[in-house]
Amino acid sequence: MSRYTAITDADLDAMLEAIGVASTQELFDRQIPQAVRLGRPLALPDGRGEQEVYEHLRELASRNTSAEDELSFLGAGMYDHYVPALIDMLTERSEFLTPYTPYQPEISQGGLQVMFEYQTAISELTALPVANASVYEGPSAVAAAGYLAKLHNSRRRFVVSAGLHPHSIETLRTYAHGYGMEVVEVPLREGVTDPGAWAQAIDADTSAAIFAQPNVYGAVEDAAALSEATKAVGNPVVIAQVDPITLGILAPPGECGVDVAVGEGQPLGNRLDFGGPSFGFFAAREEYLRRMPGRIAGETTDVDGRRGFVLTLQTREQHIRREKATSNICTAQALNALGGVVYLTWLGRRGIVELGELLLARTHYARETLSALDGIEPLHSQPVIREFAVRLDANVAAVKRRCAAEGVNPGVDLQKLTGREEDRGGLLVAITEQRSRADIDRLVDVLGAAVAAEREMVLA
Amino acid sequence: MTPVTDLELPLQRERARTIFQKGAPGRRAFLCPELDVPRIGSDELLPERFRRGEPPRLSEVSEPEIVRHYVGLSKRNFDLDSGFYPLGSCTMKHNPRLHERAAALPGHSRLHPLQDPERAQGALELMWNLQEALTEISGLPHVSLQPSAGSHGELAGVLLTRAFHEDRREGGRVPNKVLTPDTAHGTNPATVTMAGLEVVKVATDEHGGVDIEDLRAKADADVACLMLTNPNTLGLFDPNIVEIAEIVHGVGATLYYDGANLNAVMGLSRPGDMGFDIVHFNLHKSFTQPHGGGGPGSGPIAVSDRVAPFLPVPTVSRGENGSFDLDYGRGQVGSKSIGRLRGFQGNYGCFVRAYAYICSLGGDGLKDASETAVLNANYLLARLKEAGVAEYLPLAYGELCMHEFVLSGGPMKKELKIKTLDLAKRLLDFGFHPPTVYFPLLVEEALMVEPTETETRETLDAFAEAIAQILREAATDGPEVAQNAPYTTPVRRLDEVAAAKHPLIRQVL
Repeated sequence: MSRYTAITDADLDAMLEAIGVASTQELFDRQIPQAVRLGRPLALPDGRGEQEVYEHLRELASRNTSAEDELSFLGAGMYDHYVPALIDMLTERSEFLTPYTPYQPEISQGGLQVMFEYQTAISELTALPVANASVYEGPSAVAAAGYLAKLHNSRRRFVVSAGLHPHSIETLRTYAHGYGMEVVEVPLREGVTDPGAWAQAIDADTSAAIFAQPNVYGAVEDAAALSEATKAVGNPVVIAQVDPITLGILAPPGECGVDVAVGEGQPLGNRLDFGGPSFGFFAAREEYLRRMPGRIAGETTDVDGRRGFVLTLQTREQHIRREKATSNICTAQALNALGGVVYLTWLGRRGIVELGELLLARTHYARETLSALDGIEPLHSQPVIREFAVRLDANVAAVKRRCAAEGVNPGVDLQKLTGREEDRGGLLVAITEQRSRADIDRLVDVLGAAVAAEREMVLA
Repeated sequence: MTPVTDLELPLQRERARTIFQKGAPGRRAFLCPELDVPRIGSDELLPERFRRGEPPRLSEVSEPEIVRHYVGLSKRNFDLDSGFYPLGSCTMKHNPRLHERAAALPGHSRLHPLQDPERAQGALELMWNLQEALTEISGLPHVSLQPSAGSHGELAGVLLTRAFHEDRREGGRVPNKVLTPDTAHGTNPATVTMAGLEVVKVATDEHGGVDIEDLRAKADADVACLMLTNPNTLGLFDPNIVEIAEIVHGVGATLYYDGANLNAVMGLSRPGDMGFDIVHFNLHKSFTQPHGGGGPGSGPIAVSDRVAPFLPVPTVSRGENGSFDLDYGRGQVGSKSIGRLRGFQGNYGCFVRAYAYICSLGGDGLKDASETAVLNANYLLARLKEAGVAEYLPLAYGELCMHEFVLSGGPMKKELKIKTLDLAKRLLDFGFHPPTVYFPLLVEEALMVEPTETETRETLDAFAEAIAQILREAATDGPEVAQNAPYTTPVRRLDEVAAAKHPLIRQVL
């Protein structure tokens, strides 16, 4: 008997007799050809007890520097926002943690209603009428939106802003190569998508035009102007990757001419988890509903007339349509999306605005204070909400090492993230509500000193 | 069974109110941290034209209301911790809570994905160890942990196949057909289309395996890949796997292993040894990452040497000094990479859980898990026969099975006038989650049962008895009892047609 099984010797005898075989071995001998049997034990360490396994995993965890161990300003797609305790409590409940996809709606009303509420919250946040029950995560949601555009208009090119997160651009390229589309990148000017180059890049072959709001350099784009310029030629699909935490104060994509809004849901009540699992959200205008990927919950009634919820519009999906499906996606990220809708409910209608204003004020303060230092200048002067980019007159990796020795992680090395030569010296700094003014002041001291020390060393 | 009484109705209606229909203006749960930096005219920070006019209409509720609401909803869910969940192809095995505790350690859960690798050595070592374990289990030497789910692993696999052929074409045309058996999971053909290739179906022979003659006829120079699940979705190990691999490799194509059914063969037979080039794992199935009501999942892939250069980036590498890093394709693996499939490194939280499981079981334990899964499935099958169920629900193919089996409800429908759907709905009243229904498509009124290794003999007995009782009930009391089931669930049968005809997919505010 191994861990988590329950077959005693007495059970085994009775079971073999019922089956009519002499041994478990015989079940395999009669079914798997000898030529492909392993015939030796797996070369893996022996199994261990719960306490030892926990100790091992705790030891591994102790060799990671988490946001609990340092003053962290890391962002660039995932952020150290506060996750309220009630989310842990709810996501750990057996009834949410351990079921499968709600294929039997009569015994899955809880999960289905959560999906319905989640869809409502995402629709509200994005000001777009339809949302699905979530997809894997942010960058692949961008690629999935691209596939929707391809199905919609069968054109051959995507125009993307260089302000889109590099992981989104790379993921889109990977997918687009598969479904046979080209990706053209439009450069930035003064920190935002160059409007002239954008308008020029869009033509009758453009299937979709994709930008990020705010972009990966933290800058708020003129989303309405980008959408308008896109629609002027051949009416391609306008796709925006949006940061959900900004949508309490930032004009929502649905009011900026955006057709499909997607994004990374992690900031909404999900842990960092070294990059996942989280969820991707996917919202669109009504006309795209039947081409949406993934699960969608819908309202209906039961035979007694009671309100209930089911998975709906399943004729889009792989298990029904097979090769003609609108996507191959099978699962949603139901548990992570639960965290998302509980978080939004916890923030509430006023809270999401207050949080946005707080981030806006602190981020502005951090940028102004840092930029006042010698050797640090803002990378652009566009409005920023919870993340901004500066350029250091010093080697970023060396500066980061100096800061680390002081227990501060000043942010993401931009050039390492984007691979762009023009981002050399760039540092992307994220501010969440967990970083107070005192924390920002500490960042200013430590980063300022590190930059000064590096410059001095170079001069010497 | 007692029908729902009128007394219950108000409570039922109350429970079906969404969070958006609760609360009152002015209520709140969140208290925003104080503004501790200078207040500046907010228009100056964010110009009016970029600003949102009306805030999103989120609920205004107190924390106790949120807790009551969602705990209330949770009670309207059936779950694995509450009862037997023999959902075929989904491997609903016990989810150890140790995994949740370990994954919640701040060193794992609050680790930022862009933390410098030298300060995330524990995480990278865990990923490396998991890669190594998956390599050993699959018999394929190179792993990418990046794909987010089985379907995402499949997409990776088909894109890898495509890149492999494009690299070798030397001016010739790239093969564009992917063979999939008619028993395949729906994700297989859907993935092929998304990857820009064309699906060609291969027939199933009278024993439930790949029809070798049909495969031979369709395997030509235009074939890029054969996607196979082994054991397949009928729960049968294909006895001709060696010959299948020879035919596929003979035309220069790759062989793809859909790992959904890996739980049948861990430590017993390896996809790499069967001749597969690419395999995806479902960590949420074989390695017991909780299913979460439909996600998250995780779908790492393992590949052969010839496919390794095309793996997605980044992979985890180990330097000569024993330290770990993220490799973006500087080495041989990933040097002709298909690129990224998502942000960051993959679903690390799932890796922690799967790795904990592998550590707990060890090599012998994994083998024992598969052996017990196969034993339990065959025992349940035998018990159903004993209970007289086989007359109405015969095994679709063969005599034995691997970790799951597929029954045909054809005779039941004909003799007892109840469909597989009715049987499934009636099972709800007995407190069981029904098996997978109407899949695979080639079996009439299919019922696909996967008990898993973590169930006791008593549970399997009780389930067999429940099925027998439902059939007896249909024979004696008539088919209406099952046709109108369930009776005891929070809601009864729901009108799915109406839901699709007039989609209402959000709360009207």
